[in-house]
Amino acid sequence: MIGESWIPEFLMPIWEWLHEYVQYTIFSGVKALIILLPLFIVVAYYTYAERKVIGYMQVRKGPNRVGPKGLLQPFADMFKLMFKEIIIPTNSNRYLFIIAPIITFAPAMAAWAVIPFTDTLVFADINAGLLYILAMTSVGVYGVIIAGWASNSKYALLGAMRSAAQIVAYEIAMGFALVGVLMVGGSLNLGEIVAKQSGGIGHWFFIPLLPLFFVYLISGVAETNRAPFDVAEGESEIVAGFHVEYSGMTFAVFFLAEYANMILIAMLCSLLFFGGWLSPVPELAGDSIGWLFGKTAFFMLLLLWFRATFPRYRYDQIMRLGWKVLLPVTIFWLAVEGVAVYFKIGPWFG
Amino acid sequence: MIETIIFYVFAVTTVVSACAVVTVRNPVHAALFLVLTFFTSAVIWMTLEAEFLAISLVLVYVGAVMVLFIFVVMMLDINVARMREGFVRHLPLGLAVAVIMLGIMLSVVTSDVFFMDVGSEPVARAADYSNTKALGGVLYTDYVFAFEIAAVILLVAIIAAISLTLRKRGKTKYQSPAAQISVRKADRLRIVKMPSSEE
Repeated sequence: MIGESWIPEFLMPIWEWLHEYVQYTIFSGVKALIILLPLFIVVAYYTYAERKVIGYMQVRKGPNRVGPKGLLQPFADMFKLMFKEIIIPTNSNRYLFIIAPIITFAPAMAAWAVIPFTDTLVFADINAGLLYILAMTSVGVYGVIIAGWASNSKYALLGAMRSAAQIVAYEIAMGFALVGVLMVGGSLNLGEIVAKQSGGIGHWFFIPLLPLFFVYLISGVAETNRAPFDVAEGESEIVAGFHVEYSGMTFAVFFLAEYANMILIAMLCSLLFFGGWLSPVPELAGDSIGWLFGKTAFFMLLLLWFRATFPRYRYDQIMRLGWKVLLPVTIFWLAVEGVAVYFKIGPWFG
Repeated sequence: MIETIIFYVFAVTTVVSACAVVTVRNPVHAALFLVLTFFTSAVIWMTLEAEFLAISLVLVYVGAVMVLFIFVVMMLDINVARMREGFVRHLPLGLAVAVIMLGIMLSVVTSDVFFMDVGSEPVARAADYSNTKALGGVLYTDYVFAFEIAAVILLVAIIAAISLTLRKRGKTKYQSPAAQISVRKADRLRIVKMPSSEE
């Protein structure tokens, strides 16, 4: 992706003087920035897209005042949040209160390390990429729990409790859905899973794994605490849930993590079930990173669409759906897949 | 060199946070320190090239078990002052348990099993070596019976845990989703014709 040839001539002596590990750290830092800076911009415009899309779905115009067609609205919001005071509630746990948004944010960013954008463009091409993503997304719940507890507020604690129960419940269904992907893909490496789907739209995993795809998408929405599963911040019941006491930048960090996680779920959906950067008809158009972004954008739109369409689930309904519907469906489909793998059915299990 | 630095940073963090688990007064802080201990242990396992175990430690213990643990600890209304009262009274028993555990650990660590001359030194694998695959291979062939027995024991534990919580309480109200879905307008709503009260 980037090499030493990119370094200007006059800096070369300094570069060579640096220790090998320092060079490696600088390279990794630059690579991480190349992934994360565009991610931040996408997050900023995703919030704008959310307000516009939902606005049009509800026959409103959405933000249209700052800049042409309201395009500078995300920056206006960002500066507003940056200059607001961070209020720490009385009798709250000071350190944990500040650490909580960071704990949510860090795993949300770290998960992006193993995402492949094309067959060569990947930051960390590790063997257990799928497991790593599962582990990272499951750590994010601590930010929510700690925020709820450290805020010293009833609403925040209620939101944190709801969120903890919900995330633990849906993580299991999500994990089992990914076991299905693993059975077809034969690898935990995301790049290899995509490579296994090559050969046109008929080879993509969403066909043999359709139930698991729906389970994954639904639990992805639940994991990111988005509508219709947003009981953790249900504003009609518990104000804003776990981040009710947060203001300014601390709130912005929660916000950033939530949207980065949504984009991650959308990207994983397109990588694991819809062939990532592979072209649907390889005879007509080649594989490119554009396909991945297009597919991801579609799933990102889907997440907004859900929010504009569905009313919020009641808490007991969420638990019922997670444990009594999604989990049995995944386990049943794993058995079906076992048979399909044994008899090598279709182009997928060959 | 860099591995040594990483090891010492995370080993020190592990030991310090493990000590903090038993010394901090606030039980929620103690639970959070336990999370940190698990996390740093996972990093140490990672430097030992046990990626699968390291990631599953984070996934299972940090991501699921400790979440439930903290969930429970947060709900408890623990009186810290009362908890500290019995310190001297329980000290002899605690010390006895500590001494026994120390003895057992020392006897294991100082036994012949852990010396280099017993087995060959573990070789470092190449980057493309997948120990997830290797672990799966061993687990489902050589040790398949032990694995199945462990699975059955876990199943028994799950059923036991569920049956412990299944007790009848008179006042609990249940919802029947099937009944809720099958409700029709006619079951709930009655339209009454009333003469208008206009003069």
